[in-house]
Formats: sequence, structure tokens, C-alpha cells
Amino acid sequence: MSETRAECLRGKGLTKIFGSGNKKTVAVDHVDFDFREGEIISIVGESGSGKTTLSKMLLGLISVTEGEIYYQGKLRDISSGRKKKEYWKGIQPIFQDPFSSYNMFNKIDSVLLDCIKMRGMGKLSYEQKFKMMEEACSFVNLEFKELTNKYPFELSGGQMQRLMIARIFLLRPKILLADEPTSMIDACSRSTILDMLLKLRDEIQMTVIFITHDIGLAYYISDKVYIMEHGKFVESGPAEECILHPTADYTKRLISDVPKIYEEWDLSTV
Amino acid sequence: MGKVMLEVKDLKTKYVTRLREDVYAVDGVSLKIEEGKSLGVAGESGCGKSTLALSLMGYYFPPLHYISGDIIVDGKNISGMKPDDVRKKVLGTEIAYIPQAAMNALNPTQKIIRFIEDVIHAHEPKMSKKDIYDLAKERFGILGLPAEVLEKHAVELSGGMKQRTVIAISTILSPKVLIADEPSSALDVTSQKMVIKMMRDLMEKGYIKSMIFITHELPLLYNVTDDIMVMYAGQIVELGTAKEMVFDPLHPYTKGLMGSIIVPEEGVRGKKLAAIPGTPPNLKHPPKGCRFAERCKYATPTCMGMEIPNIETADGRVYRCLMSERKIRGVYENE
Repeated sequence: MSETRAECLRGKGLTKIFGSGNKKTVAVDHVDFDFREGEIISIVGESGSGKTTLSKMLLGLISVTEGEIYYQGKLRDISSGRKKKEYWKGIQPIFQDPFSSYNMFNKIDSVLLDCIKMRGMGKLSYEQKFKMMEEACSFVNLEFKELTNKYPFELSGGQMQRLMIARIFLLRPKILLADEPTSMIDACSRSTILDMLLKLRDEIQMTVIFITHDIGLAYYISDKVYIMEHGKFVESGPAEECILHPTADYTKRLISDVPKIYEEWDLSTV
Repeated sequence: MGKVMLEVKDLKTKYVTRLREDVYAVDGVSLKIEEGKSLGVAGESGCGKSTLALSLMGYYFPPLHYISGDIIVDGKNISGMKPDDVRKKVLGTEIAYIPQAAMNALNPTQKIIRFIEDVIHAHEPKMSKKDIYDLAKERFGILGLPAEVLEKHAVELSGGMKQRTVIAISTILSPKVLIADEPSSALDVTSQKMVIKMMRDLMEKGYIKSMIFITHELPLLYNVTDDIMVMYAGQIVELGTAKEMVFDPLHPYTKGLMGSIIVPEEGVRGKKLAAIPGTPPNLKHPPKGCRFAERCKYATPTCMGMEIPNIETADGRVYRCLMSERKIRGVYENE
């Protein structure tokens, strides 16, 4: 079914090597992937498996050592600043730490107004912009009236992360790259964030790349899962298949390491 | 019934803010831990879990202030002590604490063995360096940490290893109570499991007599601790054994927390997560009645009007709700 969807982001033999000579580290090692539009794709792995390096390459924040990335069927071109900006209209990130994602000196109004400007709608009247901001805030269950004239640090971690999603809602990129968006907030706010990512997919058909170390979250949210170990994809496929019937040993280990409720947690395997 | 290791009676502490608005972050908490038992504390961010930990170990530095209540560690009341006395006499030997960001607590210019020397010299100044090294080596060996770690600097260790080293250092004097504040939240699942295994080992081998484990992950608490306590807005809302709390929650808030659990098991996918709407109340001006009433599905006007006492059931569970046990079960069944 997914093969009928339009191609969104494709990688061929993508490699990143840090350092050179004896000290070189292969962070991402010849990975191939094919992300389709309107799907939630999870990349799961332990710390140090290369998830974040891969995400930075996808964003174009670090250079690619080898291999190609195709964006909407065409070879990605970010050779100049202008082309990079054009590419970033299509892909936007949410990072792990909401506390350091904002400019401390900008009020929330200007954070959201900037998003409207970046989308090329800066010439709209204030009423229209206000309406858009209100809509974005209500999308993430925040009250815009309570947020005006406040600074980001006056909000709680969960609220900040939700505001980040409101930004994404205003920017409307093709792809959202969420790098561990829930690992710094508590379990209760976590489920609201996940529900919002699902809403982004269902309501505005956004492609979400969800990077996590928690295979439980990946199972809950994603259509497709890529399991990453030492810079390589060891397993990939639809979420049900990959997580309920894993074939790779690494996947099995990751699943057994998650604390369970309905069965005994085996601590002897560490 | 075992010996009571830690008993807390009606503890109240507050933060004093610059505008003279007091924030009662721990508001009337009572609990009891017996020898060889562990207690898990769960709750949302900002519900007072970490403040409870700081209050229990007597860490009263401004803006945190002690108001009233007793903290009794193994028969000794430490509640009125000055922070400096607490540091000399209580911390390390009676109560040990693992902070939230323990990984970053290690000075990068020092070798691991120096921290252990510091800890031991603060309590036993005459112990020789060789004895300390032998003690540390033995303890590290039992806990499954390689002895080479002692001679390394913090930057040479991975995150999970650092966290386990910090746990080993803080329990080197065999404290009676260990307070662990989110020791595994910043780690990936595999390192988390190693940390949990280590804490279980410490309990089983008797290096620590009892433990308070603070986290927001309920599945983790269910697997680690004997009892679970759920906090909301500075108060206990429910207290019971781990099994009861997970499979038969009474308070609507506990029920809500249970709904936010995600595990990779069949049937979880596609199920709507029961997130609790709204945000916790501002503790500067706590609501007069039930503190959870604003977000509670079952709230009635009476809930808002009066302070809700803790109700103890026949089988020793405690919960803070106006509904009777039978009524709650009936309401949950009808859903």
C-alpha cells in the first residue's frame, strides 16, 4: 500500500565518517532508506548508534561523506545558502531539549509571527495572522491568549514542546524530523505530544521522521520502523511486523530491555 | 513486620519566592519504609517529587524552607537539624542521594577513586588510601563494574557507566536509605536496565537497607519497587503496593497515569492514549478543594468546596478522593 504513496526522501549508500586515518569513526555506514509521504517513520537505536548523525545529515546540518539523498525524487542540492533555505522550507526539526530550542529574548508572539513570515505570508493583515496563530495554538491544546506577551522560559517543558509543534503547524513543511522529542518530558505530557504527531499526519498529511530509543513509542506511533545498530539498519519494515515478530537479535534485545507490565521483566540478561 | 527504616510524619516544606509568595511544594506527606523494602514515587513534572527528596535528606538551603513534620531515620529524628550538621552526620551514612543529573556530577579533572576518597574521608578521616582502594575495588567487583574505572576520569566513561559509578560511589558507606531521583531517565533502555539491576543487587546484598525511587515511568516502578506512591500538587493522592496500584488504581489521577503507558506489546497500537487534560494547578495559589478536581472527569461541586482527607481502606491502601472504594470501582467498570 505504501508503495503507491509519493516518494519523499530517499537515501542511497549514505555514509558519515568522522576523523581520518587510525582514529576514524564510522557513525553511519552505507544506509539505504525510502521514506514515503504521509507516513510516520521511526528510527530506533541505542545511544551511539548513529541516529542523531543520520538526522543531522538529513537536515543538511553536516556534510555527507558518501552517498546521495534524494528529496521528492530529485537529488538534493544544498550547495548554496539560498538552496539550503529552500530545502529547509520542506524539512523542519524538533529537538530533544525544548528549553534550549528557543531564543530567550523573543516573546512567543514573535516566535510564531516569524513562522508566518518564513512561510511567505508576512503581508497578511494582523487579524489574519492573529487567526492563524490562534488556530495553531488550539491545534496543540494551548490557549493563545494566555501565551501572548510571555517569554518561552515561562512555560513548562511539555508546553514548550507543544509550542514547537504549533510552529511546525504554521510552517507546514513536507517533513518533520523529531529527534527524541519526548525524552525530556514526563510520561503524561508525552502521550499528548505523540497524539499531536499523529494528528499532524492525519490532518495535514505530514511526513514525520521520529527518532527514539524507546521501542514502545516507536511501536505505538509509527507506520514503518528502521532499527539501527552501529550505524547500520539491521531491520526495517512495517511496525507490527518489525516489533511483534522481530528477526534481528538486536531488535529482540531492545524489546526485552523495555520494562513490561503484563509479563515478568527478565533482569538476568544484562 | 520489619524494622522501620524511614518514617515521615506530615512533612511540610515550602519555597519562598522573591515576591513573598510561598509555594508549598511538599504539603503534608506521611510515609513509612521498612527494612529491605523500596518505595516508588510517581507523578508529573512539578508535582513535588524532587522537592520531597531534597526535604527528606535535610537539604534546606534557600529558597527551600522547612515548616513542620518529622523525618525519622532508623529511630533518629533529623527534621530540625541544620544543613551543615546534616551533611556531616546524616548524608552518606544514613541517607544517600543520587541526583537527577548524576552523570554530570563528576568533576572531569579528578579520577574516580578521588571521589571515593573524599566521601570516605568526610566520615572516617583516618582510613588509609590503600584501604579505601581495596574497599572500592571489592565493592565495584560485586556490583559488576570493572576495577579499571577507578583509575579513569569521568570523560572516559559512557553515560550508563557514569551513572552506575555515581551510584556505587554514593552507596559506598552502606547507607540506610537511598534516595534515587530519576537515576535512569537520561539513559537508553539497555543502560537503564543495567542501572536497575545494580540497584536490585545493592538491595539484595544488603548494602542499602531501603530505597526511595523517584521516576515518572510507571512500568519501571512496577518492576523495581515494592510500594508505589503517587504525588499530585505536593500531596500524596494514592499509596499502595505496586501490583494494586498498577492493576487496580483507585484515584482518578493514578488511573490517568496508567493510561499514558506505552509498551511494545500487542494491542497497544491504535488504542487511544488516555492523556489527562489540562495542567497541574499553580502551587502559589492552590485550589481550596480537591487539587485534582479541575482535571477530573468525575468531579462534583462538593469536590471543589472542601479539603479532601486521605482515606485508608481496610487492606491498608491510602487514597485521596471523596468517592468510596465501591463507587470508584463501579464508575471504572461502566466505562
